[in-house]
Amino acid sequence: MSYYNEMFEGDSVRDPYARLREWVETMPDDFRQMKQAEAEALFRRIGITFAVYGEGGDPDRLIPFDMMPRVFEQAEWRRLERGIKQRARALNAFLRDVYGRGEIIRAGRIPGRLVYQNEAFEKSVVGFVPPRGVYSHIIGIDLVRTAKDEFYVLEDNCRTPSGVSYMLENREIMMRMFPQLFRGNRIEPVDQYPDLLRRTLESVAPAKCNDRPTCVILTPGHYNSAYYEHSFLANLMGVELVEGQDLFVDGEFCYMRTTTGPKRVDVIYRRIDDPYLDPLCFRPDSMLGIPGLMDVYRSGGVSICSAPGAGVADDKAIYTFVPEMIRFYLGEEPILNNVQTWTLWKDDDYRYVMEHLPELVVKEVHGSGGYGMLVGPKSTKEEIEVFRAKIQANPSNYIAQPTLALSTCPTFVNEGIAPRHVDLRPYCLCGDRIELVPGGLTRVALREGSLVVNSSQGGGVKDTWVLSE
Amino acid sequence: MLSRTASNLFWMGRHLERAETAARLLDVGQRITLLPNTEAGYQNEWNSLLQASGSSDLFAQKYGEITQENIEEFIFFDRANPSSVASCLEKAREAGRIVRTALTSQVWDALNVAFQELRRIERQPRSKLDTAGLTDFTTGHTSTVRGAINATQLRNDGWHFMNLGYGLERADATARLLDVKYFVLLPRIEFVGSGLDTYQWQVILRALSAHRAYHWAYGGDITAGQVADFLILNGESPRALITSLYETVWHLEGLARRYGDGVPTSARDKAREVLTALQARDIEMIFDEGLHEFLSWFIQELSEISNLVHQDYLLGGV
Repeated sequence: MSYYNEMFEGDSVRDPYARLREWVETMPDDFRQMKQAEAEALFRRIGITFAVYGEGGDPDRLIPFDMMPRVFEQAEWRRLERGIKQRARALNAFLRDVYGRGEIIRAGRIPGRLVYQNEAFEKSVVGFVPPRGVYSHIIGIDLVRTAKDEFYVLEDNCRTPSGVSYMLENREIMMRMFPQLFRGNRIEPVDQYPDLLRRTLESVAPAKCNDRPTCVILTPGHYNSAYYEHSFLANLMGVELVEGQDLFVDGEFCYMRTTTGPKRVDVIYRRIDDPYLDPLCFRPDSMLGIPGLMDVYRSGGVSICSAPGAGVADDKAIYTFVPEMIRFYLGEEPILNNVQTWTLWKDDDYRYVMEHLPELVVKEVHGSGGYGMLVGPKSTKEEIEVFRAKIQANPSNYIAQPTLALSTCPTFVNEGIAPRHVDLRPYCLCGDRIELVPGGLTRVALREGSLVVNSSQGGGVKDTWVLSE
Repeated sequence: MLSRTASNLFWMGRHLERAETAARLLDVGQRITLLPNTEAGYQNEWNSLLQASGSSDLFAQKYGEITQENIEEFIFFDRANPSSVASCLEKAREAGRIVRTALTSQVWDALNVAFQELRRIERQPRSKLDTAGLTDFTTGHTSTVRGAINATQLRNDGWHFMNLGYGLERADATARLLDVKYFVLLPRIEFVGSGLDTYQWQVILRALSAHRAYHWAYGGDITAGQVADFLILNGESPRALITSLYETVWHLEGLARRYGDGVPTSARDKAREVLTALQARDIEMIFDEGLHEFLSWFIQELSEISNLVHQDYLLGGV
């Protein structure tokens, strides 16, 4: 399999990378090592660490940071931006529809079974339309590139996509360590993200809020692996970071406990999953949620971002229908491609996948984080057979996709720089407007040849540049 | 401010102060073990210091013998000892991490660096470490955090809560240490000039980092009455009961002013009352009513103030 290397245009090095290559080549080895150590010390000092569930070990682990940035030119970015915004609009239209009349199902474009019997479909909010009809306010769209003009969407994250703090911190650290790079290249800033996020949240305040809305971020607590991100965003937005125990419901509103007594909360950007939001409505054993919250939500006393039930739009089974949604709701052709996907509950697809396992990537429908997946071409015969047995046991739990030729970017390795596979997650904000900061999180598979970029599987991160005109 | 945030800031202050107390105990303990010919004597001294931090039973159970290594391990490293430097720094850092949004980056940085350094020290072989280095480490880092708080934090309610933690913890530590040693401070004829008493008073002063300050304040020989006066009623002494309480009242007044009439002020009222009672006494009166009785009363009042702070501010008005 051949891979598109983002550094080259045909045989010649592209302009932005030419300058970076010169920068790398004139960089003495010891200087590079010094800078790498400095970057790590900065991350540790700021406290940007992450924990991997169920693996024990150091709870303050660092995600590896690669100092070589990834670069997009303005024209490339424009097209991506249009495609991402288009997708975000369609996903929200779909959510509004399936919790309303379900036109897309009546029209026979999506099987009702996949929607209404989906675990993420939330019956308790059927018929309720959140402010501005927006269900998913922060959409993280995972993209891979296979050729100069070919981008594929791997998955949509409509619930609470994480990682945006890395986008912001990677940039801060690059600017601090290599200011000369930023003087020499005109790079679009990303640091307006927290302000845009706050504006977005304020714009979806409930109708009963008649003052400047009070927004909060709801975290499961400081043991959560993304706690750093929660506190980082709260800090930059100037809003309170609350836990379930800080909030309570009284009458038709939700309040937080403060040193001066109860204070009303209008918009909750929650970073906990639906089942934990309200023990009276969902899991009765949830210690993270707020009893009675869903009643207040449904009567327009508080907004919850993303809306409960938004997860039905980012399910891997629904994913295959997103191009159809774009055509159905927007009357447009999709700008970004979907990856061809075989759904194993269909007999034909099942047969094809079982015959071609060594070529395919197989994922669990509800899985995430690079867990529970098979990368056929990178697996041994034994691993494939083990996985085959798992699929046979429960076919409808899996989907399969061709192994994509993920593009590579130059990345620092021991011997200098070498190509490594990357993906991209931009963060699209949906409120009264749809906004996208020029940049995103680039994840890189640091192991040679590896196609898995998840941080839990040895992936790292890079700063992502969009050059201005 | 969220009640939980205020609570974490309060406890962050308390744990930082407690870490410093532990470091001073370590310093004193180490000094005692260096003294010749007091095999039984220094064990007693050491025991009473452990009692003051409420951990002598735990030490006896887990270590038994009083040796340099055991003392270091227990007071500095042992996470099973809730008052050890490592325990306190970890809890302070954890509280800080929970309320990061309420801290300036300098304060968080100082706190986090202290914790990272602690972990580095913990990985070193114990034989490479010396006690003086460990106490310097602790006082150095807690001072840096303290300095960062004073230099960079907004003078808002969060700042008051941190300082309330510091103030109440400091008053409590001084009172407990005095209470454990109260009998050596009683002016009893037979001890005077025996050498033993002066030495014990020095231990107390040292345990409160006050032995030099004492000489600046009083000059001349160390006497029991003056040591007690210095640590209880002298407003110049930074760890004196009256100073710590005065600062506590000051911060409670700050909160009351800031929050206005809608928020209860029972902690402030109580603290004012105790301060007035303290100001009305001189050291003779305290000796007359009984030093131990006085200290028991004071410790009780402190715990009441702490409870009222909780009621007024940390329950969220529910």
